[in-house]
Amino acid sequence: MNIIISNASNLPIYEQIYAQMKNAILLGDLSEGDLLPSIRQLAKDLRISVITTKRAYDELERDGFLYTVAGKGCYVAAKNTGIIREGRLKDIEEHMREILRLAPVCELTGEDLIEQFRVIIQEEYQK
Amino acid sequence: MNAIELNSVTKRYDGFQLDKVSFTLPRGAILGLVGENGAGKSTTIKLIMNAIRRDGGAIRVLGEDNTSEAFRAVKEDIGIVLDEAYFPEVLNAVQVGAVMKQTYRRWDNNVYQNHLKLLDIPQKKVFREFSRGMKMKLALAVALSHQPKLLILDEATSGLDPMVRDEILTLFNNFTRNEEHSILLSSHIVSDLEKVCDYIAFLHEGKLVLCEEKDRLLEEYAIVKTSQSVLDQLSADTIISTKSGPYGVEALVKRERAPHGMQTEFTTLETIILFLAKGGDRA
Repeated sequence: MNIIISNASNLPIYEQIYAQMKNAILLGDLSEGDLLPSIRQLAKDLRISVITTKRAYDELERDGFLYTVAGKGCYVAAKNTGIIREGRLKDIEEHMREILRLAPVCELTGEDLIEQFRVIIQEEYQK
Repeated sequence: MNAIELNSVTKRYDGFQLDKVSFTLPRGAILGLVGENGAGKSTTIKLIMNAIRRDGGAIRVLGEDNTSEAFRAVKEDIGIVLDEAYFPEVLNAVQVGAVMKQTYRRWDNNVYQNHLKLLDIPQKKVFREFSRGMKMKLALAVALSHQPKLLILDEATSGLDPMVRDEILTLFNNFTRNEEHSILLSSHIVSDLEKVCDYIAFLHEGKLVLCEEKDRLLEEYAIVKTSQSVLDQLSADTIISTKSGPYGVEALVKRERAPHGMQTEFTTLETIILFLAKGGDRA
Protein backbone atom coordinates (compact mmCIF):
# COMPACT_ATOMS: atom_id res chain seq x y z
CA MET A 1 0.00 0.00 0.00
CA ASN A 2 1.25 3.44 -0.90
CA ILE A 3 0.49 6.45 1.23
CA ILE A 4 1.61 9.75 -0.22
CA ILE A 5 1.63 12.75 2.06
CA SER A 6 1.62 15.96 0.10
CA ASN A 7 2.59 19.24 1.68
CA ALA A 8 1.15 21.11 -1.26
CA SER A 9 -2.26 19.57 -0.68
CA ASN A 10 -4.95 21.72 0.80
CA LEU A 11 -6.12 18.75 2.86
CA PRO A 12 -4.86 18.23 6.42
CA ILE A 13 -2.50 15.25 6.74
CA TYR A 14 -4.96 13.10 8.69
CA GLU A 15 -7.53 13.52 5.91
CA GLN A 16 -4.95 12.52 3.29
CA ILE A 17 -4.28 9.30 5.19
CA TYR A 18 -7.99 8.73 5.74
CA ALA A 19 -8.82 9.14 2.06
CA GLN A 20 -5.98 6.96 0.79
CA MET A 21 -6.64 4.13 3.23
CA LYS A 22 -10.35 4.26 2.53
CA ASN A 23 -9.64 4.03 -1.19
CA ALA A 24 -7.25 1.12 -0.68
CA ILE A 25 -9.97 -0.71 1.24
CA LEU A 26 -12.76 0.07 -1.24
CA LEU A 27 -10.61 -0.89 -4.23
CA GLY A 28 -9.59 -4.14 -2.56
CA ASP A 29 -5.86 -3.36 -2.16
CA LEU A 30 -6.49 -4.01 1.49
CA SER A 31 -8.84 -6.80 2.29
CA GLU A 32 -10.88 -7.81 5.27
CA GLY A 33 -8.82 -8.97 8.22
CA ASP A 34 -5.53 -7.47 6.98
CA LEU A 35 -3.39 -6.19 9.83
CA LEU A 36 -2.64 -2.50 9.40
CA PRO A 37 0.62 -0.92 10.59
CA SER A 38 0.34 0.30 14.15
CA ILE A 39 -0.40 3.98 14.68
CA ARG A 40 3.12 4.57 15.97
CA GLN A 41 4.81 2.56 13.22
CA LEU A 42 2.91 4.36 10.48
CA ALA A 43 3.66 7.75 12.02
CA LYS A 44 7.36 7.02 12.33
CA ASP A 45 7.60 5.49 8.84
CA LEU A 46 5.89 8.51 7.30
CA ARG A 47 7.77 10.81 9.67
CA ILE A 48 4.62 12.52 10.81
CA SER A 49 3.03 13.06 14.19
CA VAL A 50 1.63 10.11 16.14
CA ILE A 51 -1.40 12.22 17.04
CA THR A 52 -2.19 12.76 13.38
CA THR A 53 -2.11 9.08 12.43
CA LYS A 54 -4.20 8.31 15.51
CA ARG A 55 -6.78 10.81 14.31
CA ALA A 56 -6.89 9.21 10.84
CA TYR A 57 -7.31 5.73 12.37
CA ASP A 58 -9.97 6.98 14.77
CA GLU A 59 -12.02 8.38 11.90
CA LEU A 60 -11.57 5.23 9.80
CA GLU A 61 -12.73 3.18 12.77
CA ARG A 62 -15.67 5.49 13.41
CA ASP A 63 -16.75 5.09 9.79
CA GLY A 64 -16.49 1.32 9.99
CA PHE A 65 -13.44 0.72 7.78
CA LEU A 66 -11.25 -0.79 10.46
CA TYR A 67 -11.47 -2.18 13.95
CA THR A 68 -9.05 -2.36 16.82
CA VAL A 69 -8.21 -5.43 18.86
CA ALA A 70 -6.77 -4.23 22.16
CA GLY A 71 -3.14 -5.25 22.50
CA LYS A 72 -2.98 -6.64 18.96
CA GLY A 73 -3.57 -3.89 16.47
CA CYS A 74 -5.86 -2.47 13.85
CA TYR A 75 -7.49 -4.65 11.21
CA VAL A 76 -9.41 -3.91 8.04
CA ALA A 77 -13.11 -4.40 8.70
CA ALA A 78 -15.49 -6.28 6.44
CA LYS A 79 -16.40 -4.01 3.56
CA ASN A 80 -19.52 -2.50 4.92
CA THR A 81 -21.76 -2.46 1.88
CA GLY A 82 -24.55 -1.12 4.09
CA ILE A 83 -22.72 2.12 4.68
CA ILE A 84 -21.76 2.50 1.04
CA ARG A 85 -25.34 1.73 -0.06
CA GLU A 86 -26.74 4.25 2.37
CA GLY A 87 -24.41 6.91 0.99
CA ARG A 88 -25.54 6.16 -2.58
CA LEU A 89 -29.24 6.24 -1.59
CA LYS A 90 -28.67 9.63 -0.05
CA ASP A 91 -27.03 10.80 -3.29
CA ILE A 92 -29.99 9.57 -5.35
CA GLU A 93 -32.46 11.37 -3.13
CA GLU A 94 -30.38 14.52 -3.36
CA HIS A 95 -30.41 14.36 -7.19
CA MET A 96 -34.18 13.83 -7.22
CA ARG A 97 -34.72 16.87 -5.05
CA GLU A 98 -32.49 18.86 -7.38
CA ILE A 99 -34.73 17.79 -10.32
CA LEU A 100 -37.78 18.99 -8.38
CA ARG A 101 -36.12 22.32 -7.75
CA LEU A 102 -35.41 22.76 -11.47
CA ALA A 103 -38.80 21.55 -12.72
CA PRO A 104 -40.92 24.67 -12.00
CA VAL A 105 -38.50 26.82 -14.01
CA CYS A 106 -39.40 24.70 -17.07
CA GLU A 107 -43.08 24.57 -16.10
CA LEU A 108 -43.03 20.79 -15.73
CA THR A 109 -45.53 19.08 -13.42
CA GLY A 110 -44.84 16.02 -11.33
CA GLU A 111 -46.68 13.91 -13.90
CA ASP A 112 -44.49 15.26 -16.73
CA LEU A 113 -41.37 14.37 -14.77
CA ILE A 114 -42.50 10.82 -14.10
CA GLU A 115 -43.43 10.37 -17.76
CA GLN A 116 -40.05 11.69 -18.86
CA PHE A 117 -38.28 9.42 -16.42
CA ARG A 118 -40.19 6.38 -17.77
CA VAL A 119 -39.01 7.18 -21.26
CA ILE A 120 -35.42 7.51 -20.10
CA ILE A 121 -35.57 4.21 -18.23
CA GLN A 122 -36.90 2.45 -21.30
CA GLU A 123 -34.16 3.92 -23.47
CA GLU A 124 -31.47 2.87 -21.00
CA TYR A 125 -32.74 -0.67 -20.62
CA GLN A 126 -33.24 -1.28 -24.35
CA LYS A 127 -29.58 -0.63 -25.06
CA MET B 1 1.63 8.78 32.58
CA ASN B 2 3.18 11.99 31.34
CA ALA B 3 6.91 12.25 30.75
CA ILE B 4 7.07 15.86 31.88
CA GLU B 5 4.52 18.09 33.59
CA LEU B 6 5.11 21.74 34.33
CA ASN B 7 2.53 23.53 36.37
CA SER B 8 2.72 27.30 36.77
CA VAL B 9 6.50 27.23 36.95
CA THR B 10 8.11 30.54 37.80
CA LYS B 11 11.73 31.63 37.98
CA ARG B 12 12.79 35.20 38.66
CA TYR B 13 16.09 36.73 37.60
CA ASP B 14 17.16 40.35 37.47
CA GLY B 15 15.55 41.67 34.33
CA PHE B 16 14.00 38.39 33.26
CA GLN B 17 11.39 36.08 34.59
CA LEU B 18 9.88 32.83 33.49
CA ASP B 19 6.27 33.49 34.21
CA LYS B 20 3.86 30.72 35.28
CA VAL B 21 4.79 28.30 32.51
CA SER B 22 2.61 25.19 32.26
CA PHE B 23 2.79 22.43 29.69
CA THR B 24 2.74 18.66 29.45
CA LEU B 25 4.77 16.22 27.42
CA PRO B 26 2.73 12.99 27.16
CA ARG B 27 4.70 9.76 27.17
CA GLY B 28 5.68 8.59 23.71
CA ALA B 29 5.57 12.06 22.20
CA ILE B 30 8.07 14.65 21.03
CA LEU B 31 7.62 18.21 22.22
CA GLY B 32 9.51 21.10 20.69
CA LEU B 33 10.24 24.21 22.66
CA VAL B 34 10.54 27.24 20.37
CA GLY B 35 11.32 30.83 21.11
CA GLU B 36 13.83 33.55 20.37
CA ASN B 37 17.17 33.77 22.15
CA GLY B 38 16.47 34.69 25.75
CA ALA B 39 12.84 33.56 25.66
CA GLY B 40 13.47 31.16 28.54
CA LYS B 41 14.03 27.84 26.76
CA SER B 42 17.28 26.95 28.50
CA THR B 43 15.96 28.21 31.82
CA THR B 44 12.98 25.89 31.42
CA ILE B 45 15.24 22.93 30.69
CA LYS B 46 17.48 23.68 33.66
CA LEU B 47 14.39 23.90 35.86
CA ILE B 48 13.17 20.53 34.59
CA MET B 49 16.52 18.97 35.53
CA ASN B 50 16.36 20.83 38.86
CA ALA B 51 19.77 22.30 38.02
CA ILE B 52 18.42 25.65 39.20
CA ARG B 53 15.86 26.23 41.92
CA ARG B 54 12.38 27.26 40.87
CA ASP B 55 10.61 30.14 42.61
CA GLY B 56 7.13 28.72 42.19
CA GLY B 57 5.02 26.00 40.62
CA ALA B 58 5.52 22.27 40.30
CA ILE B 59 7.48 19.99 37.97
CA ARG B 60 7.09 16.25 37.63
CA VAL B 61 9.44 14.22 35.47
CA LEU B 62 8.57 10.60 34.65
CA GLY B 63 6.04 10.74 37.45
CA GLU B 64 8.28 12.11 40.21
CA ASP B 65 8.51 15.60 41.68
CA ASN B 66 11.93 16.72 40.51
CA THR B 67 12.90 18.14 43.91
CA SER B 68 12.13 14.84 45.65
CA GLU B 69 14.62 12.20 46.74
CA ALA B 70 13.11 9.78 44.18
CA PHE B 71 14.21 12.04 41.33
CA ARG B 72 17.82 10.92 41.81
CA ALA B 73 16.84 7.49 40.48
CA VAL B 74 14.79 9.04 37.68
CA LYS B 75 17.89 10.81 36.38
CA GLU B 76 19.22 7.43 35.13
CA ASP B 77 16.22 7.37 32.79
CA ILE B 78 17.03 10.75 31.27
CA GLY B 79 19.47 11.33 28.44
CA ILE B 80 20.50 14.93 28.22
CA VAL B 81 22.36 16.84 25.53
CA LEU B 82 23.16 20.51 25.89
CA ASP B 83 24.15 22.88 23.12
CA GLU B 84 27.85 22.38 23.85
CA ALA B 85 29.22 18.90 24.39
CA TYR B 86 31.93 18.60 27.03
CA PHE B 87 34.12 15.55 27.26
CA PRO B 88 37.76 15.36 28.38
CA GLU B 89 39.75 16.68 25.43
CA VAL B 90 42.36 13.91 25.39
CA LEU B 91 39.91 10.99 25.30
CA ASN B 92 38.70 9.26 22.16
CA ALA B 93 35.19 7.91 21.66
CA VAL B 94 36.06 4.44 22.94
CA GLN B 95 37.60 5.86 26.10
CA VAL B 96 34.58 8.12 26.64
CA GLY B 97 32.49 4.95 26.53
CA ALA B 98 34.67 3.33 29.18
CA VAL B 99 34.18 6.32 31.48
CA MET B 100 30.43 6.32 30.93
CA LYS B 101 30.28 2.62 31.75
CA GLN B 102 31.42 3.56 35.25
CA THR B 103 28.93 6.42 35.44
CA TYR B 104 25.64 4.86 34.36
CA ARG B 105 24.26 1.68 35.87
CA ARG B 106 22.46 0.65 32.69
CA TRP B 107 25.20 1.56 30.21
CA ASP B 108 25.04 -0.69 27.17
CA ASN B 109 28.30 -0.79 25.27
CA ASN B 110 26.78 -2.58 22.27
CA VAL B 111 24.24 0.17 21.81
CA TYR B 112 27.05 2.69 22.12
CA GLN B 113 29.19 0.91 19.51
CA ASN B 114 26.20 0.75 17.15
CA HIS B 115 25.58 4.45 17.48
CA LEU B 116 29.24 5.25 16.88
CA LYS B 117 29.04 3.28 13.63
CA LEU B 118 25.61 4.58 12.64
CA LEU B 119 26.67 8.19 13.13
CA ASP B 120 30.14 7.77 11.61
CA ILE B 121 31.89 8.85 14.79
CA PRO B 122 35.64 8.10 14.63
CA GLN B 123 36.79 5.68 17.33
CA LYS B 124 40.41 6.68 17.70
CA LYS B 125 40.35 10.43 17.24
CA VAL B 126 40.64 12.47 20.45
CA PHE B 127 37.76 14.72 21.39
CA ARG B 128 39.83 17.89 21.02
CA GLU B 129 40.01 17.29 17.26
CA PHE B 130 36.27 16.71 16.80
CA SER B 131 34.21 19.02 14.60
CA ARG B 132 31.10 20.57 16.09
CA GLY B 133 28.90 18.02 14.33
CA MET B 134 30.99 15.11 15.63
CA LYS B 135 30.90 16.47 19.19
CA MET B 136 27.13 16.72 19.04
CA LYS B 137 26.79 13.23 17.61
CA LEU B 138 29.05 11.82 20.32
CA ALA B 139 26.95 13.52 23.01
CA LEU B 140 23.84 11.96 21.45
CA ALA B 141 25.43 8.52 21.23
CA VAL B 142 26.29 8.77 24.95
CA ALA B 143 22.80 10.00 25.85
CA LEU B 144 21.17 7.12 23.98
CA SER B 145 23.43 4.38 25.31
CA HIS B 146 22.34 4.27 28.93
CA GLN B 147 18.84 3.26 27.86
CA PRO B 148 16.97 6.44 28.71
CA LYS B 149 13.21 6.79 28.54
CA LEU B 150 13.35 10.53 28.15
CA LEU B 151 15.70 12.58 26.02
CA ILE B 152 16.14 16.26 26.78
CA LEU B 153 18.04 18.31 24.23
CA ASP B 154 18.86 21.97 24.34
CA GLU B 155 19.65 23.38 20.88
CA ALA B 156 21.14 20.06 19.84
CA THR B 157 20.80 20.72 16.12
CA SER B 158 21.89 24.35 15.96
CA GLY B 159 25.12 25.12 14.15
CA LEU B 160 25.09 21.80 12.32
CA ASP B 161 24.86 21.26 8.58
CA PRO B 162 21.58 20.00 7.06
CA MET B 163 22.87 16.45 6.51
CA VAL B 164 23.94 15.97 10.13
CA ARG B 165 20.72 17.59 11.37
CA ASP B 166 18.70 15.18 9.29
CA GLU B 167 20.66 12.21 10.66
CA ILE B 168 19.90 13.41 14.17
CA LEU B 169 16.21 13.94 13.45
CA THR B 170 16.02 10.40 12.06
CA LEU B 171 17.58 9.21 15.31
CA PHE B 172 14.86 11.02 17.27
CA ASN B 173 12.20 9.54 15.03
CA ASN B 174 13.52 6.03 15.63
CA PHE B 175 13.99 6.55 19.37
CA THR B 176 10.28 7.29 19.72
CA ARG B 177 9.24 4.13 17.85
CA ASN B 178 9.08 2.79 21.39
CA GLU B 179 5.98 4.24 23.01
CA GLU B 180 7.74 4.45 26.38
CA HIS B 181 10.19 6.95 24.91
CA SER B 182 9.68 10.70 24.92
CA ILE B 183 11.71 13.68 23.80
CA LEU B 184 11.81 17.32 24.81
CA LEU B 185 13.91 19.43 22.51
CA SER B 186 14.45 23.12 22.24
CA SER B 187 15.56 24.84 19.09
CA HIS B 188 15.24 28.06 17.23
CA ILE B 189 15.44 26.13 13.96
CA VAL B 190 11.69 25.85 13.67
CA SER B 191 11.79 23.77 10.49
CA ASP B 192 13.63 21.01 12.39
CA LEU B 193 10.94 20.99 15.03
CA GLU B 194 8.26 20.95 12.37
CA LYS B 195 9.80 17.77 10.97
CA VAL B 196 9.77 15.68 14.14
CA CYS B 197 7.52 17.14 16.84
CA ASP B 198 4.08 16.06 17.92
CA TYR B 199 3.61 19.12 20.12
CA ILE B 200 4.95 22.64 19.95
CA ALA B 201 5.34 24.93 22.95
CA PHE B 202 6.15 28.52 22.11
CA LEU B 203 7.90 30.70 24.67
CA HIS B 204 8.09 34.44 24.20
CA GLU B 205 9.70 36.79 26.71
CA GLY B 206 9.37 34.29 29.53
CA LYS B 207 5.72 33.51 28.88
CA LEU B 208 4.17 30.48 27.23
CA VAL B 209 2.28 31.80 24.21
CA LEU B 210 0.92 28.44 23.17
CA CYS B 211 1.30 24.70 23.53
CA GLU B 212 -0.55 22.79 20.86
CA GLU B 213 -0.45 19.74 18.63
CA LYS B 214 1.73 20.67 15.68
CA ASP B 215 -0.65 19.52 12.97
CA ARG B 216 -3.56 21.29 14.67
CA LEU B 217 -1.57 24.51 14.56
CA LEU B 218 -0.95 24.07 10.87
CA GLU B 219 -4.64 23.42 10.33
CA GLU B 220 -5.88 26.16 12.57
CA TYR B 221 -3.89 29.00 11.06
CA ALA B 222 -3.76 30.14 7.46
CA ILE B 223 -2.14 32.95 5.54
CA VAL B 224 -4.23 35.37 3.51
CA LYS B 225 -2.59 37.61 0.94
CA THR B 226 -4.86 40.41 -0.13
CA SER B 227 -5.44 44.15 0.00
CA GLN B 228 -5.98 46.22 3.11
CA SER B 229 -9.56 47.05 2.08
CA VAL B 230 -10.53 43.36 1.89
CA LEU B 231 -8.87 42.73 5.22
CA ASP B 232 -10.75 45.60 6.85
CA GLN B 233 -14.02 43.79 6.21
CA LEU B 234 -12.98 40.82 8.36
CA SER B 235 -13.90 40.75 12.01
CA ALA B 236 -11.06 41.57 14.37
CA ASP B 237 -11.04 38.12 15.98
CA THR B 238 -10.36 36.48 12.61
CA ILE B 239 -7.05 38.21 12.15
CA ILE B 240 -4.17 37.29 14.40
CA SER B 241 -1.63 39.68 12.96
CA THR B 242 -0.74 41.37 9.70
CA LYS B 243 2.30 42.45 7.79
CA SER B 244 1.84 45.11 5.17
CA GLY B 245 3.99 45.74 2.14
CA PRO B 246 3.80 48.26 -0.72
CA TYR B 247 1.61 46.01 -2.90
CA GLY B 248 -0.69 44.37 -0.38
CA VAL B 249 -0.95 42.81 3.05
CA GLU B 250 -0.31 39.38 4.46
CA ALA B 251 -2.33 38.28 7.43
CA LEU B 252 -2.28 35.30 9.72
CA VAL B 253 -5.89 34.29 10.22
CA LYS B 254 -7.91 31.62 11.98
CA ARG B 255 -8.81 29.39 9.07
CA GLU B 256 -12.33 28.53 10.22
CA ARG B 257 -13.26 32.16 10.78
CA ALA B 258 -12.14 33.27 7.33
CA PRO B 259 -15.15 33.93 5.09
CA HIS B 260 -16.19 31.14 2.76
CA GLY B 261 -14.46 31.43 -0.59
CA MET B 262 -11.56 33.51 0.66
CA GLN B 263 -8.27 32.21 -0.68
CA THR B 264 -6.28 30.92 2.28
CA GLU B 265 -2.89 29.25 2.12
CA PHE B 266 -1.43 26.52 4.26
CA THR B 267 1.69 27.80 5.88
CA THR B 268 4.73 26.63 7.78
CA LEU B 269 5.25 26.54 11.50
CA GLU B 270 8.01 29.10 11.07
CA THR B 271 5.63 31.63 9.51
CA ILE B 272 3.04 31.07 12.22
CA ILE B 273 5.63 31.57 14.95
CA LEU B 274 6.97 34.72 13.27
CA PHE B 275 3.52 36.23 12.96
CA LEU B 276 2.66 35.36 16.55
CA ALA B 277 5.95 36.73 17.88
CA LYS B 278 6.25 39.90 15.87
CA GLY B 279 2.56 40.53 15.99
CA GLY B 280 2.69 42.78 12.95
CA ASP B 281 0.69 46.00 12.99
CA ARG B 282 -2.29 44.72 14.86
CA ALA B 283 -1.37 42.34 17.65
